[in-house]
Amino acid sequence: MKTPRAMIASFDTPGGLLHAAEEVRDKGYTRFDCHSSFPIHGMDDAMGLKRSPLGFIVGGMAVLGAVVGMGLQGWVTTVDYPLIFSGKPLWSWQAYIIITFAMLVLFGAFGTVLGMLFLNRLPRWHHPLFTSDRFASVTDDGFFISIEADDPKFDPEQTAAFLASIGGKDIETIEGEAR
Amino acid sequence: MWWVLFGFASSGTLILLGSLGWLVWEGTGVWGLNNPVGWGWAIVNFVFWVGIGHAGTLISAILFLLRQKWRTSINRFAEAMTIVAVICAGIFPGFHVGRFWVAYYLAPVPNQMGVWPNFRSPLLWDVFAVGTYFTVSLMFWYVGMVPDLATLRDRAKTKIRRLVFGFLSLGWRGGNRQWQHYEVAYLLLAGLATPLVLSVHSVVSTDFATSLLPGWHTTIFPPYFVAGAIFSGFGMVLTLTLIARKVYGLENIITIGHLEKMNKIILVTGSMVGYAYIMEFFISWYSGNIYEVFTFVNRAFGNYAWAYWIMMTCNVITPQFFWFKRVRRSVPMMFVLSIFVNIGMWFERFVITVTSLSRDFLPSSWDYYAPTLWDILTFVGSFGLFFTLFLLFLRFLPAIAMSEVKGVLPQADPHRSDGPAQSEEAVIEGAAP
Repeated sequence: MKTPRAMIASFDTPGGLLHAAEEVRDKGYTRFDCHSSFPIHGMDDAMGLKRSPLGFIVGGMAVLGAVVGMGLQGWVTTVDYPLIFSGKPLWSWQAYIIITFAMLVLFGAFGTVLGMLFLNRLPRWHHPLFTSDRFASVTDDGFFISIEADDPKFDPEQTAAFLASIGGKDIETIEGEAR
Repeated sequence: MWWVLFGFASSGTLILLGSLGWLVWEGTGVWGLNNPVGWGWAIVNFVFWVGIGHAGTLISAILFLLRQKWRTSINRFAEAMTIVAVICAGIFPGFHVGRFWVAYYLAPVPNQMGVWPNFRSPLLWDVFAVGTYFTVSLMFWYVGMVPDLATLRDRAKTKIRRLVFGFLSLGWRGGNRQWQHYEVAYLLLAGLATPLVLSVHSVVSTDFATSLLPGWHTTIFPPYFVAGAIFSGFGMVLTLTLIARKVYGLENIITIGHLEKMNKIILVTGSMVGYAYIMEFFISWYSGNIYEVFTFVNRAFGNYAWAYWIMMTCNVITPQFFWFKRVRRSVPMMFVLSIFVNIGMWFERFVITVTSLSRDFLPSSWDYYAPTLWDILTFVGSFGLFFTLFLLFLRFLPAIAMSEVKGVLPQADPHRSDGPAQSEEAVIEGAAP
């Protein structure tokens, strides 16, 4: 049983997409997205998006990395395998700074990449939008708005009329298996 | 043309595999190491290759944070060069340990012997610094490439390409909800990679600076190594860019203005390196330490004077030509000068490593170091590997960061420019303020 999953409309320019995004936002849609092959300045505000929380994930991971780095070295050199090198104290934290720093950066970078993928719900290779042939131009020169069918305001006819009224072309309903 | 280059490069890789195979079969005795020169070409080549990588990170991270939009035309190249150069670098210490199949002892792996590596040793710091550097560079490169891989997926003509690029692009849809997190991620990765530009070669320099050997035991080493790394890296980026630009006809994307900016960075960092050479000499005299004085006089006039003067000529005099605008904008001139920079920076590492070791405190232990055929073949082979991997990158992956180039065009900022599309040339010039 095929049901509508989303509706897409294409726009000619980044500016057109930006103004259309403001209209869609003001109309009260919440589950929509604006697709382009490069990030467009001002689009976050035009869509009414909140700030990305990624910085907190990365900060947390970086602190964790530093703690793990310093903790590992401190535990190994004082508890598990205490050896004296060049008459230095067992707990010579100055010498551990570099590895601590490296672990901070390493954990932070993993937090960045994995956190970004998590927030973007990637990888996801089977999104319904990929069934549209026209949508493939999104990574080249296409600009699209997609409104998902489970948006509370979604209505097959009214949404199509609305998208046409704000300058959308080639309006297409994307169908998929019912969830 | 690509196949010709690839043929040369992959033959070099075979030379590398052959010489490493002989090394493993016979032992590190096939290299020219002796007592007291226990560090020879292996460490020289390691520092050389790691240094080359630094330009890529500088371009991708620091220039990004400084909003230098011209970087978008070369950053993908430079990042790929970083990754390939660090792979080449890793080969040398990896095999220098002798039994490379137990090189994992360097990592803090719990084991039944209850033994841990020495966390106070700069050599172990190096393992962490370079390992982190490689991993972060790889992630930065890949994350930057995801939107472009999606472009290749959507343009793919064959099923295999569609599947491979589809898999690698992770299902990227270019939605702004994705771009929003993506842009923050890219900014944070740049922020995390920025200190690495300065820290990795500083840590490499501590391999030398924390020892007590005259000529090595100095506090100038970390900044001096970092400046040298960026200098040598830009030399290599320039060499590669000029070739790729010619072979692939990218003159409209990598403009002469971009090349001129790189030459200015070479001029600045080259002058810093020249300053460091002279300051090292001054401090050795000023210290009043007879061993320090001897080491530096010996470098300039001793049995390795030839290497010292090659280094001085290539690194101190060569970049000074870039004071002239005509030289900075002349492709043949900058190509020749970039080769000289590459040669000079290799000799810098040779001079630092070998002159200090071969003439230490006790004249009875002095010896002359010369590489063997296997040292030379391994180094030549590492160039083969470098170019093989780089050529594969150029052929199969997006060599220009398409989404980033589009992102710095005026059209990406509709509030500022909502007019009709400009001519292509004006658009590209607009990307270079």
